[in-house]
Amino acid sequence: MHFASYSFILYILVLVPLYYLIPKKLQWMLLLVASYVFYSFAGAGYLTYILVSTISTWFAAIKIDKLKQVQEDYLNRMKKELSRAERKEYREGIKAKQRTWMLLCLILNFGILAFLKYAGHFQFGARLGLILPLGMSFYTFQSMGYLIDIYRGTYDAERNLGKLALFISFFPQLVQGPISRFNQLKETLFAQHSYDAQQMTYGMQRILWGFFKKLVVADRLLPAVKTIVTNPGEYQGAFVLVGMFFYAIQLYADFTGGIDIAIGVARLFGVHLNENFNRPYFSKSITEYWRRWHITLGAWFRDYMFYPISVSKTMMSITRKARKYLGDAVGKRVPIYIASIIVWFTTGVWHGSTWNFVVWGLLNCLVILVSQECEPLYERFHNKFDLKGRFWYRLFQVGRTFWLMSFLRTLDVYTGVGTTFRMYASVFTVWNLPELFQGGLMQLGLTIADYVVLIFAVGLMLFVSLKSRAGSISMSLNAKPMPVRYAAYFLVFIAVLVFGAYGVGYDASQFIYSQF
Amino acid sequence: METIIEILQELHPDVDFENCETLIDDKILDSFDIISLVTDLSEEFDITIPVEEIIPENFNSVRAIKKLVEKLIEEE
Repeated sequence: MHFASYSFILYILVLVPLYYLIPKKLQWMLLLVASYVFYSFAGAGYLTYILVSTISTWFAAIKIDKLKQVQEDYLNRMKKELSRAERKEYREGIKAKQRTWMLLCLILNFGILAFLKYAGHFQFGARLGLILPLGMSFYTFQSMGYLIDIYRGTYDAERNLGKLALFISFFPQLVQGPISRFNQLKETLFAQHSYDAQQMTYGMQRILWGFFKKLVVADRLLPAVKTIVTNPGEYQGAFVLVGMFFYAIQLYADFTGGIDIAIGVARLFGVHLNENFNRPYFSKSITEYWRRWHITLGAWFRDYMFYPISVSKTMMSITRKARKYLGDAVGKRVPIYIASIIVWFTTGVWHGSTWNFVVWGLLNCLVILVSQECEPLYERFHNKFDLKGRFWYRLFQVGRTFWLMSFLRTLDVYTGVGTTFRMYASVFTVWNLPELFQGGLMQLGLTIADYVVLIFAVGLMLFVSLKSRAGSISMSLNAKPMPVRYAAYFLVFIAVLVFGAYGVGYDASQFIYSQF
Repeated sequence: METIIEILQELHPDVDFENCETLIDDKILDSFDIISLVTDLSEEFDITIPVEEIIPENFNSVRAIKKLVEKLIEEE
């Protein structure tokens, strides 16, 4: 059941009234059943995988938690008998046992994920028809984040299997995130909710806006991007730039649209999901961009991979040696460089199992590390020419980051690394800008009407983005008189109906991120 | 306290570390800074900073960092 389908809308229309009519203490159970029903629509066979993940995580987390309890009891009981060194030794022994449980569970879950993600590339996988279950990357990351938090003692393990199952399978976020943290999500996910008109309005605003971005913009641009990237022999030079530009808008509209719908649907049930984007295309550097795009995934990699690798005992001893033999300046960079390369390699592999994504991940890492090294140089340059805070210079930085990211992102869509780099080269060697306006733009599968709709729709997205800098756009809309408010809803609604890229029998294209 | 400020000032000379309480929340220190800081603190005070202590609350101000260092020295 796709977010942008009539059956999904119908599903929500049945669930929401039911949710507020049943006894409040049953509400989370309804969400659990609804999530499993939703998931079984994607494929009944998928349920086995999510159940294995849920039960193994639940079991390992409780084991780890119990060991913590045993340790506390023992140390309290033996307070006087044990020396400081003995206490430390005991604690280390318990930690080792906890680590074993955590590692077993991590290996099982990431093992299944990696196996299914890459098995299709090998003959046996293709023969067995092994495919990656929908949303598996997202729920695996979410459940493993929970497990690591329990190991770290950030919060206590959830004893109720049903509640943990809901946390892992909550249907609005199952397909493409955002990736939630248990201690944050549980506050609203398991709470008892009364009908709240304000939450309802907010939820519906977000859903409507999500549909607008997905159906009016993303799906409309899809054929043009496809035409350009599947015919690299024909579309070079300026067309590559057009492809990059269209793909930047398409991916943004598709992914943020999907997240808007997820956040909106969750809100209809009173559940608060974390934001996943903070106007990323206004970033002034790539580092900033990655703090504002797919925020929950970035935070996951930072907290559960980047930090643990860079402060691990092995890394610290490598750093000490590097400092001794290579000097402070080099030694200090060692953990950052090694951890960044590992994290970006993994991020690349997570996005896809082809070389394109590996190169994409490592290029991102390269740009981030180079700009980190150039930071003092930039600083001197900015101070010398008094550029800091100047509007036109900020605009230049935003434009530079946008295009740099658009170049890198192109690796997502061409079929090979070689082709992508040939297309990069063609931007500088094939001078065919006039061709675009001599009918070129009309061959991409978009009509004049499509371009007009796109200009207005993207303009509206830009307007909303700029407007939301000052604060919540939803709140400022709510403060407007009722006729204005309803006129705005009505216009967007009609736009989705009339300009949404679908007709009778049209099946909206799958969300791009659901395949990761 | 002075040593911690010195280490921080090496990372960002232009920040008033003594009075800032939102080093993480206001994104003054990013993840690269945190790793540099953790490496320096471990070296300077001969402590191990476990990954579970790398949370915003422990790095938002010099005072918080100092408290963390003292706690870890105590535990060593």
